[in-house]
Amino acid sequence: MRILPVLALLLGAQAAAAQPVTPQIVDDAIPTSLTGRPGDAARGRAIVASRSTGLCLLCHSGPIAEERFQGDLAPSLAGAGSRWSEGQLRLRIVDGTRLNADTIMPAYYRTGGLQRVARAFDGKTILSAEQVEDVVAYLVTLKD
Amino acid sequence: MTARLLAFGLALVFAASYAAAQAGADKRRSGYQDMGEALQKMQDDDTANPGMLFVQLGGQLWAKPAGAENKSCADCHGVAADSMKGVATRYPAIPQGADRPVDLEGRINMCRTENQKAERLPPENRDLLSLEAYVAHQSRGMPIAPPYGPVVDAFRAQGEGIYRRRQGQLNLSCAICHDDNAGKKLAGIVIPEAHPTGYPIYRLEWQALGSLKRRLRNCLVGIRAEAWSLDAPEYVALELYLMERAKGMKLETPAVRP
Repeated sequence: MRILPVLALLLGAQAAAAQPVTPQIVDDAIPTSLTGRPGDAARGRAIVASRSTGLCLLCHSGPIAEERFQGDLAPSLAGAGSRWSEGQLRLRIVDGTRLNADTIMPAYYRTGGLQRVARAFDGKTILSAEQVEDVVAYLVTLKD
Repeated sequence: MTARLLAFGLALVFAASYAAAQAGADKRRSGYQDMGEALQKMQDDDTANPGMLFVQLGGQLWAKPAGAENKSCADCHGVAADSMKGVATRYPAIPQGADRPVDLEGRINMCRTENQKAERLPPENRDLLSLEAYVAHQSRGMPIAPPYGPVVDAFRAQGEGIYRRRQGQLNLSCAICHDDNAGKKLAGIVIPEAHPTGYPIYRLEWQALGSLKRRLRNCLVGIRAEAWSLDAPEYVALELYLMERAKGMKLETPAVRP
C-alpha cells in the first residue's frame, strides 16, 4: 500500500515532463508564462548553476561566482535581462531554433525533431514548464 | 657586394616564409598539446606513464599461449617490434578474408577466435586493452595512415554522417563541438579536436586505460543520446572517419589525458 503514493508521485513527475503546455509564440517571444504563474528567481539561479539540470554554464558564463568552471561557447548571461524582454528570454529557452535554425543551444521545452534520444530522456523536455519559468525569472534580474 | 647582400636577404626571407608555411600547413592539434605540462611530462616519461604498465602486461600476454590451439601471438607474429610496427596506424581496416572493417581490438579478437581458438575478450577487458596498447605502442611516433577501398570508404562515409548528424536530447553533433567550437571551453575545459592519436589512452578521469569506443560513449551520454551496443558497426565507422581526420598525425599510444 505504501507504494501507491510513490507511484502517483512518479507518474506526476512524468506527466510534468511530458510537455503539457503548448507555448504561444508572438513575434520573437513567448509573452505569457508557461505555467500561468511567475517563476522563482532563486530556484532559477540554482537551475542555471547546476551542471546536471540547467547545464547553462557548460556553454555560457554568468555572474555565479561559486561555479568556477564556466563555458565560453555562447554569450555571457550577464546583462541578459537588459538585452532581452521576459518573453524573448522564454522563447530562447523553450526553443531557440525558432529564431535560428542552426543554433547550438538545445531546445529546453521541446520533445519533437530529435534523433536517437537516450531512453531515460525520451519524450521528456530538458526542463519542466516550472523550471523554464524559474530560469526566466532569474535571467530577467541580470541587468548588468 | 650589394647584390650578395640582396641575395642573402632574399634567401632569409624565403627560408622564413617556408618555415612559416610549414608551421601553418597543419594546424591540427592533438589533445596532448592542450593539456598541462605536468600531464605531458607524465605521458612522455615511460616510467611515469601509467599506460606503460598495460603495455608491459600486453607484452607478457603477447608471448603467452592461449586457447585450444595453445598458441601465443608471438608463435605466429614473432617479434612485435617488427611485425606490428605501423599496424595501428592503419586501423580500423578490413582484414584478409573479412567483408567489413574492424578496429584493432576487433582484429585481436579475430585472431583469438580463428587462430588461437580462444574465447573473445569482452569490451574494456584489461587483457584486451593491454594487448591493444602493446600492439599500438609499436607504432608510437608513426603517422596515421588510413586504408582506402570501396568498402572501407563506404563505412568511413557512414562515420562522417554520424559525426555531422545532431543527436540526443541536447541535439548536438560531434562536429558542433569538435570542429566548430574546438579550442573553446566547455564548463571550463578546452574542447579537443577529437583526434584519436593515442588510444587506448590512460584517462585520469577514468583512473584506467580505456578504448576509443569508451570515449565515444562518454560523449554520447553527455549529449543524452542512446549509445550503440558495444559491438555496433557505428563505432568502427566513426573511428574510421576520425582516423581520416587525423591522417598524418603521429600516434602516441599509450597517451595520457585528463
